[in-house]
Parts: sequence; structure tokens; C-alpha cells
Amino acid sequence: MRTTETDPQGTPSEVAERIRLSATSDRPYQFLLRGTALFFGAVIILFVWSVVSTAWPSIHTYSYHILTGRSWVSGTGPYGALPLITDTVLTTLIALLIAVPVGLASALALLYLIPRKFRATGTALIELLAAAPSVVYGLWGLWYLIPWLTKTLQPFLAGLTGSSWPFSGPHEGFSVLLAGLVLSIMILPTIVAISRDVIAVVPADLIEGGLSLGATRSQVLLKVVLPSARTGIFGAIALGAGRALGETIAVAMVIGSNPQIPHSLFSTGATLASTIATEFGNATGSAGSALAALALILMIITASVNAGARVLTKRARASV
Amino acid sequence: MSTTLTELPPDPILERRQEIQKRAAQTIGRRTLLSKIFLTFLVGAFILALVPLGSVLLALLQKGLSSISWAFLHTLPTQPSLVAQNAIGGIGNAIEGSLIIDAIAGLIAIPIAVLLGLYLSESLSRAANFLRAIIEIMTGLPSILLGVFAYEYVVVRLKSFSGLAAIVALAVLMVPVIAKASELAFRGVPATLREAGLALGARSSRVSRGVILPAAMPGVITGVLLSLARAMGETAPLLLVIGASNTWNWNPLHQMAALPLMTYNYSGSQYPSQRAAAWGVALTLVVMVMILSLGSRLVAARMRRERH
Repeated sequence: MRTTETDPQGTPSEVAERIRLSATSDRPYQFLLRGTALFFGAVIILFVWSVVSTAWPSIHTYSYHILTGRSWVSGTGPYGALPLITDTVLTTLIALLIAVPVGLASALALLYLIPRKFRATGTALIELLAAAPSVVYGLWGLWYLIPWLTKTLQPFLAGLTGSSWPFSGPHEGFSVLLAGLVLSIMILPTIVAISRDVIAVVPADLIEGGLSLGATRSQVLLKVVLPSARTGIFGAIALGAGRALGETIAVAMVIGSNPQIPHSLFSTGATLASTIATEFGNATGSAGSALAALALILMIITASVNAGARVLTKRARASV
Repeated sequence: MSTTLTELPPDPILERRQEIQKRAAQTIGRRTLLSKIFLTFLVGAFILALVPLGSVLLALLQKGLSSISWAFLHTLPTQPSLVAQNAIGGIGNAIEGSLIIDAIAGLIAIPIAVLLGLYLSESLSRAANFLRAIIEIMTGLPSILLGVFAYEYVVVRLKSFSGLAAIVALAVLMVPVIAKASELAFRGVPATLREAGLALGARSSRVSRGVILPAAMPGVITGVLLSLARAMGETAPLLLVIGASNTWNWNPLHQMAALPLMTYNYSGSQYPSQRAAAWGVALTLVVMVMILSLGSRLVAARMRRERH
């Protein structure tokens, strides 16, 4: 980006490599840098190992049933994570369903629509949303969203389907739906920030080309801007999903901590992360190991989603 | 004009062209209307996105300010009872605990992360690329996993919950964030500066210390402040490892109190007074987090101004 001048002796990175090699006289410095890298690499390995080794006894006892078991009874077992995985995925889907359209619309509005003088303020406000600790969103969900859900949203949704699936059951507030709502607000800044960055680099030529062919502004946004930024947008969505899958405290505060496969969106539930948070304090022995198994499942899911997001956003940056 | 036109060969797609133009002219009214509706919808969605923010801020100010007083900020918490339900005391030790934990975690994480950033920005080896990928993935991992890590290696070994375990979890959480930010900052330093330093005969450690680090300082500081802000608000790892404390405790080897955890505990209290005070704790926490993240914004803005 910064290196616009072409170098006759190779790409900037090759030159940098040569400089690095020429500077090997500074051995202690090289040792220090490599030593730090090795040290932190070892910390990462210890980190993964701590989760795997603690989880091992319960994986040994339950084998694949720890993934597919339909019943999770805290403290005594059996430990089957299927209800928790279901709730984790379900809350994330609800969050994405709300945050993706609103987030993309906000990104487009911030880039092209709202008056120029408000754009910096708008961006700062969205960033402010990202800066608040998750426990604050949980608290807000408890005090403000629960009354709104029980009095307004749940009766309204139940009215839509005549109190049948997916809006059946009592209107208690604490629910998979509420967790999804809180998550949607928490991942919104991620989706806005990343998709704004990838949409901003859509070449102006393409936009002007579209406009000069007589397309209206909305046609240009929908048929030119979004399609050419789509790889990066998928990356933004994946990053948001990664955050929603792993969010712990805010979900633990509003989902009702009830490990079951939800029969409606109004059911209480428990996600992988929220279960670790709420049950870890009382867990000993095999219960602790089962929770570590949850941590391992969560680690594998979020690491894969984040790796996917990284590939997508990197590809989007490279294609510009 | 007309004479030259007649000399040209007839337009092969004239009919199609005219058809398209006619259709475009016919539909322009409808398309413009649809466009306006759609654009209004987009702006509306953006405003909708700001509603929760406004609600959270308003709630924090309204409910938080009413429970905050000078005494609340510097005294110890007390346990309410059925006869004295409003005796909740203050949050002084939680502020102290949060500051100590965040500061020590920062002191541990910053040198490691900055050296790691230097390594990543200078090395092109496969190992460095792999480490960079792992570090980027780590920034997205749920923080509660680090709680499990700190529990296994600190709480189990020391046989006690402790502030130290929280420090370890938060430090490991901070390193990837700072390392990523400082790597970007180091890469942003023009190669000519480094070359000039080396050409003067300086060792690469001297160039890093005397040229690259000062030039990249704003970026590094932004990363440090952001990660401190993020770590300050983390609740999940603390929940697993920090224990609880109702007194001033300056020794991280013992159990400690911290603002995010106190917010969480108070929010589920059986006493309405404590549930209401959760907003006061949350507001204090948010103010401390905001000071750090506003600081990082200021540094970033100053950096941009100096560059241009």
C-alpha cells in the first residue's frame, strides 16, 4: 500500500529480507525476537493442551456421545452437548438474521448516504457500541429487553403464528430469542466496521459506470457495490458469527441457563460458553472435565469460523 | 450533422438500443421512487442501529448516576441482609482490583507483544506466517477459554483462586491484540528509515529501538490502550478464576474483586438494592473503559494529523 515506487532489485519484501539477513551480526537481538516468538508459541500450545487434557477423561468416557448426546445434566451427567450446540447455533443465527441486514445497511448509509459532516460521528457512535463491556449488554438486556419482550414483542410474535411454533410457550423474557437479540446488538459493530472497510474499496469507476448507464442509486448499491464487495462481506459476517458463538457473559445473563433443545424461540436455553460460565464454579472431577470438553468444542468451532473469516477478508483485500 | 449521420452504416442494434432507452425512460419514475424508498430504508436501519446504543447510554446515566456517590466509589462493599436490605456499601475494592489486574496484565503483555510485533514485522519465514495466522485466530477466540487455561495452570497449581490467575488469563488475551497492532505500526514505518539507520552502521537492535519503535509509537500505544480497555471489561475469565473478596487486597496471590464480575454478581442478586447498584458498578466500569478507548482514539487522531 505504502510502497508505490517500484524497486529494480526486487519487491520491497525481498529487499527487507536481504536487509534482515545482512543484519545477522546482531545475534542477541535475533535471539530475543525468536525467543519471544517461541515463548508465546509455547504459551499457545499450553493453552490448547490445558483444554484438551482436562477434557480428555470425559471424551474417553462418553466418546462421541459428548457431541451427540441429547441430555446435559449438570453436576452428575450424562453430558451430551447437543442441546448446548443447538442453542449456540440458534442464538447466533438469530443474531445474524438481525445484525447482517442492519449492519450492511448501516455500512452503506455511513459510506454513501448520510450527510458528510455526520459520517465521522456515526462511525464513532458505532465504535462506542463495540467498546462497552459485554456485562453491560447483559445488564441492559435484563432490565430493558425483558420487560419489552414480555409485554410487547412476545405477544406480537405469538399473535403472528397463533402461539404455535416457533413462537409458542410462556412469555418469560429469558429465552433463546432474547439471547439472540442481545447478541445481534453486540456483533453489529463488528459487521458494520469490517463491511464498511471492504465496501469502501469498491472502485469508484464501477459505481460511476453503473450510474452513467442510467441505474438508480439503489440499483448501483445492490447490483454493483454489494456484489463486488461480497467476499469481504462474507468475511465480516463470519467474524460477527465468531463473536456471537463465543459470547459468554451477556448470554449467560439472559438465556435462562437451562440446557435443553429448545422447542420454540421462547424456550430458555444454554449455550456452550454460557454453560461453562454458570457451571464452572460448582464443577469438580468429571463435571469439570465435561465443561472442558465444552470448551474444546467451542474452541474448535470458533477457531474454524475465525480462520474462515481470515481467509475471506484476506482474499477480499488481495483482490482490490 | 445529419449528412454525416446518413453516411454512417445503419446501427445494427438500433432497434434494441431504442427499445432499451424507451424502457429506461418508461421505468425511470418507478425506479427513482423505489430507489428513494430503498435509500430511506437504509438510513432508517442505521438509525435503528443507534437506538440500542442510546438506550444503553441513557440507562447507564440514569440508573448508574443515581447509585454513585463519593462513598460508593471508595468504601468497601457490605453484605445486605433481610433487616438491612439497602446496606450495600461501596465498590472501592473492585475498582482497586480491576486497576491492579489490568495494570499488571498490561505490564506482562506489552513487552512480549511488542517484541512479537517486531518479530512478525521483520521475519518472512514460514514460522512467522504461521504464528501470525494463529495470533489472528486467537484474537477471535472466546475469552472464557483463557479462563479455563488460567484455572488449569494457576488455580489448580496454587490450590486457590487468585488475582494472579486473572492476570495470566488477561495477559494472554492482550498479547495477540497488541502484537497485531504493533506489527501493523512497524510495517507502516518507511523502509528507507530502517535502511538509513543500518547504513549509519547501527545494529538492528539499535535501529529497532532508536528508529522503528519511536516512529511506530502512536500505533503501538493505540493497540495497548485498546487491549487494556478490552481486558478491563472482560468478565468471563474472571468468573472462573478470581474468586471473591470483600476487602482491600493488594496481593494478587489472593482472591480479588473486580468491577465486571461485581456487575455480573449484583445483577443476579436477591436484593433489589444490589440489583440497582449493578448499574452504578457498570457505569464506573464503562467510564474507566471509555477513558482508555477514547485515549486510543486521541492517539490515533494525533498520529493521522502528524502523518499528513
